Amino acid sequence: MGDVLVSARGLEVHFPVRGKGKAAGVLRAVDGVDLDVLRGETLGLVGESGCGKSTLGNALLRLVPPTGGSVTFDGTDVTSLDRRGLKEMRRRAGMVFQDPFASLDPRRTVAQTVSEPLEVHGLRSGKRERATRVAELLELVGLDPAVAGRYPHEFSGGQRQRVGIARALAGEPDFLVCDEAIASLDVSVQAQVLNLLRRLQRQLGLTLLFISHDLSAVRHISDRIAVMYLGRIVEIGPAAAVGSDPQMPYTQALLSAVPVPHPAKERARERIVLRGDVPSPSDVPSGCRFRTRCPYVFEPCDDVDPALQPAGAPGQLAACHLHGVEGTPVTRTPEGVTADP
Amino acid sequence: MTAPVLEVEDLRVRLRTPRGPADVVNGLSYTVGAGETVAVVGESGSGKSVSVLALLGLLPARVATVTGRAVLQGEDLLTMPPQRLRQVRGPGAGMVFQDPMTSLNPVLTIGRQLVEGIRAHGDVSKQAARGRAAELLREVGLPDPERALDRYPHELSGGMRQRVVIAIALSNSPSLLIADEATTALDVTVQAQIIDLVEKLQDEHGTGVIWITHDLGVVAGIADRVLVMYGGRCVEDGTVDDVLERPAHPYTRGLLGSLPDLAAPVGPDGEVPELTAVPGLPPPPTDLPPGCVFWPRCPVRADPRCETEQPPLAVVSRAAAAGPGGATASGAHAGDGAGLPHRAATWCAEEEVPRG
Repeated sequence: MGDVLVSARGLEVHFPVRGKGKAAGVLRAVDGVDLDVLRGETLGLVGESGCGKSTLGNALLRLVPPTGGSVTFDGTDVTSLDRRGLKEMRRRAGMVFQDPFASLDPRRTVAQTVSEPLEVHGLRSGKRERATRVAELLELVGLDPAVAGRYPHEFSGGQRQRVGIARALAGEPDFLVCDEAIASLDVSVQAQVLNLLRRLQRQLGLTLLFISHDLSAVRHISDRIAVMYLGRIVEIGPAAAVGSDPQMPYTQALLSAVPVPHPAKERARERIVLRGDVPSPSDVPSGCRFRTRCPYVFEPCDDVDPALQPAGAPGQLAACHLHGVEGTPVTRTPEGVTADP
Repeated sequence: MTAPVLEVEDLRVRLRTPRGPADVVNGLSYTVGAGETVAVVGESGSGKSVSVLALLGLLPARVATVTGRAVLQGEDLLTMPPQRLRQVRGPGAGMVFQDPMTSLNPVLTIGRQLVEGIRAHGDVSKQAARGRAAELLREVGLPDPERALDRYPHELSGGMRQRVVIAIALSNSPSLLIADEATTALDVTVQAQIIDLVEKLQDEHGTGVIWITHDLGVVAGIADRVLVMYGGRCVEDGTVDDVLERPAHPYTRGLLGSLPDLAAPVGPDGEVPELTAVPGLPPPPTDLPPGCVFWPRCPVRADPRCETEQPPLAVVSRAAAAGPGGATASGAHAGDGAGLPHRAATWCAEEEVPRG
């Protein structure tokens, strides 16, 4: 671990919005993200629905074209790759999707699905070699190679997700993006898949971007955690630091809202209930984008957009004026909560 | 202890499926007291949703056979004529479903959907019903309720929609509220808002609540009592502290072990320990194993009867004289749950072993 594998600088993904007839707006799904994914680490990316975490994951692999900024993958600029370069990049970067029902072709057997990347990238010539490799891959993800001839509908959600992981690993990638890969699974099966991903990451030395809304799962699997709000990364740092001592008020609220399965702790807990809803990404507030819901809001928040700066533990960064311009914390108390607009 | 709002006895549901009869609920018994929250926990296919749909007569009669007794305020829901059942849904029992987008009608305004429910159960003028609807929206914390009445569901966020659904469920002041995965589709910060709201309304109106969920974290915060379902059976029940802090059934222990803990202690190698996942999958209801429903996946299997004989729901301990951390500690929530025995249906109960 150490050097940077994937890096984004000032990354923007804006979508045009057709207004009522004429007034076209802009939806800022990803709005100025600087992010480094280190080689060999698991980076957890958390945020609520609509915060842009999936779009960011897609933009890193150029599955959606960025409208601004740059992305580099192992030193090469992804945004300017030609077809051949892009194909090689896609081999080295796999993706596991949320819905194991929608992401597998129902008319193809498991073997066909998993061997397609082998054919596309010319990794194994000859049917027999490919079949051997498919068996290896299925075994790797904890499936019996004998199931290779079966169709997706014969599998449970957890098993399908294992097939999806096998397919993502077929190109022998360095980088794996898991976009809500456990969200549609049952609790006991989620644990199986989480354990599998962690084991694979170690065994194959993968770099993992684990995108999820489930903070407990992210905390469990990640080395570092990045928190996203309205298209921007608002806090990033070592998983233990972000998980137990968050520095950005939004992360604090998000963590306090996660219910823990211990009745006594749950009852004793002070929960920060945020008022209102997340503003629309097509109408981002001026200054700090969290200010409309922040319990600590004070005067610079309205006008000045805070940058990520060191706060808390070593390696932890937060985008918040509470930490001053040079990272010196300004002690503030929550102000009276005003009514919803 | 006052008379329970709902008393379910030996509820059984069998569905006709293309793959043969499916025994989805197999002898479920529980009670819900006034102001009490009973959480029904289980994974998909455990029969938790079907068990409440059966109570309200919401399963199609052509495919579902429902037996047992379910007494809501002195009347058996299962033998009730359909007309009477229609009157009970609403003032007797309100229901909140998982997905607020599909449980609201997209082509009708919020106001119309609220007014419909109010007028169906009382001789109220349109004007008065509209007033009551606005009042309900204010109660569930919708900003600007008067204007919200004329809005369509798509104009509201997920959290706001779920508030509307709760307002509809509460519009006839039901004595029982059934929430089926009511916060599952919502973000955690919104989930916290909705849970706060239901607790507040429950305190004000003394509503009994059945909260169906797979999220044990939510259960820890909201429930007085917990009922764990697996393979259509209740495999463990008791006060929330007993079940979550001292689980007796291997399945409950497995479920809790599967959860990544936000506050998990970091091991000596600087890493969070691996999750103790439950291997395998729940059995399909068309093909339940003989003996204990959980034995094919059970890591214990310490008794020869596991494979042959269904274990009865037996008392593990009595929480009546519970000390610190026991049922009496539930403070504002102390419903009628105190004194309830902690039971588990297993041949391999480990008594009073606190969670590691």
